Amino acid sequence: MGKELLKIENLHIRVEENEIIQGLDLTVREGEVHAVMGPNGSGKSTLAYTLMGRPGYEITKGSVCFDGQDIREMEPEERAQAGLFLSFQYPIAIPGVTVGHFLMTALAALSEKGNGRYKEIRKTFRKDIKKYMEGLKIDPAFAQRYLNDGFSGGEKKRMEILQLLTLQPKLAIMDETDSGLDIDALKVVSQGVSEYLVQNPKASALVITHYQRILNHLKPHFVHILSKGKIISSGGPELAIKLENEGYRAFGIEDREPGPQPEGGIHGTT
Amino acid sequence: MAPHKEQIEIGRGYKEKYGFHVEEKSVFKSKRGLDHGVIDQISDHKNEPDWMREFRHKALDIFLAKPMPTWGGDLTHMNFDEIYYYLKPAEHKGDTWEDVPEEIKRTFDKLGIPESEQKFLAGSGAQYESESVYHKLKDEWESRGVIFSDTDSALREHEDILKKYFATIVPPNDNKFAALNSAVWSGGSFLYVPPGVKVDLPLQAYFRINAKNVGQFERTLLICDEGAQAHYVEGCTAPSYSTDSLHAAVVEVVVKQGGRFRYTTIQNWSSNVYNLVTKRAQAFKDSTMEWVDANLGSKLTMKYPSIYLMEPGARGDILSVACAGKNQHQDAGGKVVHVAPHTSSHILSKSVSQNGGRSSYRGLVKVYPKCKDVKVNVCCDALIMDKDSRSDTYPYMEIDEKNVNIGHEATVSKIGDEQLFYLRSRGLSEEQANSMIVSGFIEPIVKELPMEYAVEMNRLIQLQMEGSVG
Repeated sequence: MGKELLKIENLHIRVEENEIIQGLDLTVREGEVHAVMGPNGSGKSTLAYTLMGRPGYEITKGSVCFDGQDIREMEPEERAQAGLFLSFQYPIAIPGVTVGHFLMTALAALSEKGNGRYKEIRKTFRKDIKKYMEGLKIDPAFAQRYLNDGFSGGEKKRMEILQLLTLQPKLAIMDETDSGLDIDALKVVSQGVSEYLVQNPKASALVITHYQRILNHLKPHFVHILSKGKIISSGGPELAIKLENEGYRAFGIEDREPGPQPEGGIHGTT
Repeated sequence: MAPHKEQIEIGRGYKEKYGFHVEEKSVFKSKRGLDHGVIDQISDHKNEPDWMREFRHKALDIFLAKPMPTWGGDLTHMNFDEIYYYLKPAEHKGDTWEDVPEEIKRTFDKLGIPESEQKFLAGSGAQYESESVYHKLKDEWESRGVIFSDTDSALREHEDILKKYFATIVPPNDNKFAALNSAVWSGGSFLYVPPGVKVDLPLQAYFRINAKNVGQFERTLLICDEGAQAHYVEGCTAPSYSTDSLHAAVVEVVVKQGGRFRYTTIQNWSSNVYNLVTKRAQAFKDSTMEWVDANLGSKLTMKYPSIYLMEPGARGDILSVACAGKNQHQDAGGKVVHVAPHTSSHILSKSVSQNGGRSSYRGLVKVYPKCKDVKVNVCCDALIMDKDSRSDTYPYMEIDEKNVNIGHEATVSKIGDEQLFYLRSRGLSEEQANSMIVSGFIEPIVKELPMEYAVEMNRLIQLQMEGSVG
């Protein structure tokens, strides 16, 4: 068994006046892929944002350790430095800043803190990024476009994976990466994530999703069902299959959205 | 971070690079305050023709008669009696860099002036206090008839050309500060580009105030003859003093038929300088005039570069970017006046307010009757970085013709928590993230600058952002 990379114990999270996560335990070891599945409002995105340190997401109780460090008081950039990465459900546009410039600045920011890993990555940055873009079927012209500015939903998601591949974190938190993607795009994006995992055998992924379909590509070792801020069931990939076949009701969860997502459907979830 | 500390941090950044001062040495300094006696002293020192002396005296009367403007920025603390209006730093202007007095040379060396001339400029000039201390045009352009000198030299050596245009574009009675400049003007650049000559490298002038309470009143006149092209760039800095200085320039530009002229300013005065400048261009048949106006420094800037589109086919472009930090008010914008049909103009303004700073866009679009087929597009975007900062928009439209096409859009955005978090999640510090968002915001204007200035501009923005995160 690999080393514990992320250890969450009895986590409680408050956003504004609401306690969204109410006692969550989760351990992710090196080299593992975990899926956290849950209906809308179960606290999936809150968990993702909190792990990345989004201001306003307050940990009221419990502990979060990443790579042996207590990260509760760390700034988002310090968490990135430690090797955390969040693929956003809704990536943000930064007008006037090109994708290439942004990636270089991010790498420079990460390596200036003295982390040798990023210095290595920077050496082959230009060559690698070309290769990654090719794999993700991103037009090379995008390197000169402004980050996420006017990109389609699918283009934004690919851009997240390009960042994942470029920055090579230890743990990738994928927040609803499958939402808004058609089948082909989902395949390309999933391949990108798989490539990152193959390249970094010790790296792990926490795949947060409403639907099972991305898990056909990403093959989780563990699946957790999240409901009302708590993990109510954990198991192997079979749990995702059960969910796919029987829906959230099989877990006693009232899902406001009907059934599994139709294949190929474009479905924005919140 | 406490507000008190922020202020110190920002000051420190500027101070190291630009805010230093050297011991004041001058060969002549007028008394504080302004009267007809001071005018005569200036004229005597310059040994000017009588018409210029009379012009100055008349202008002083206009200045004294005109009330202080009550619109725009707060001028109530402006004390005209505290200012030294003329300070002559050296006996002679240097023709080579070696001739420039040592202390002055050190100042400009520190600011990187002679270095940039060698690298990427067709010519450069440097003004220190009231007088130009250096002006040099590369031989290639001199041999093709280009004249690039300080305005005082032009008055001596090219009086006929100068007299033909001087004060015809900005007359002394235009506004109080144009009158003041007309009365006490000294230095500034004079450029004449003969017909058909295309100067493909920028011509630069750098303005520096060193002494306390000094007013700098340069007078710039640029003439781009038929089918000619040129790009003039000015930069300016001053030491950070606790007392105020005044910079009141007048810039006049003429672009004749088929000419193309661009005027770029990177204004970075220290935050004790009142910067009250009148800039105006006339664009004739099928010509193009462009103002690229960046305002980063000063206590208060009131400046609205304007273009009069005089004949059909003329085109005017104004790109304005203003960054207002603590204790700063940038009242900037642009004016386009369509005097002829079949003319077009475009104003793009971007302002950033942070750390309690205030920026205002003030613009005028005027179309005279019977000016058909006029196209105007105005776009002003404001970015507000925190709740203490402020942005206002004052777009004036005076359209006296029906057959015109006018577009206007304005956006105000606050720096987004989401943008910040997104960038920080990729490893950028809050400061780096802020500065990246701001750089991106002004990118459409910065990309119009020559590469060297674009780099400088981004560096200046970063300097301004440093320590501004609370």
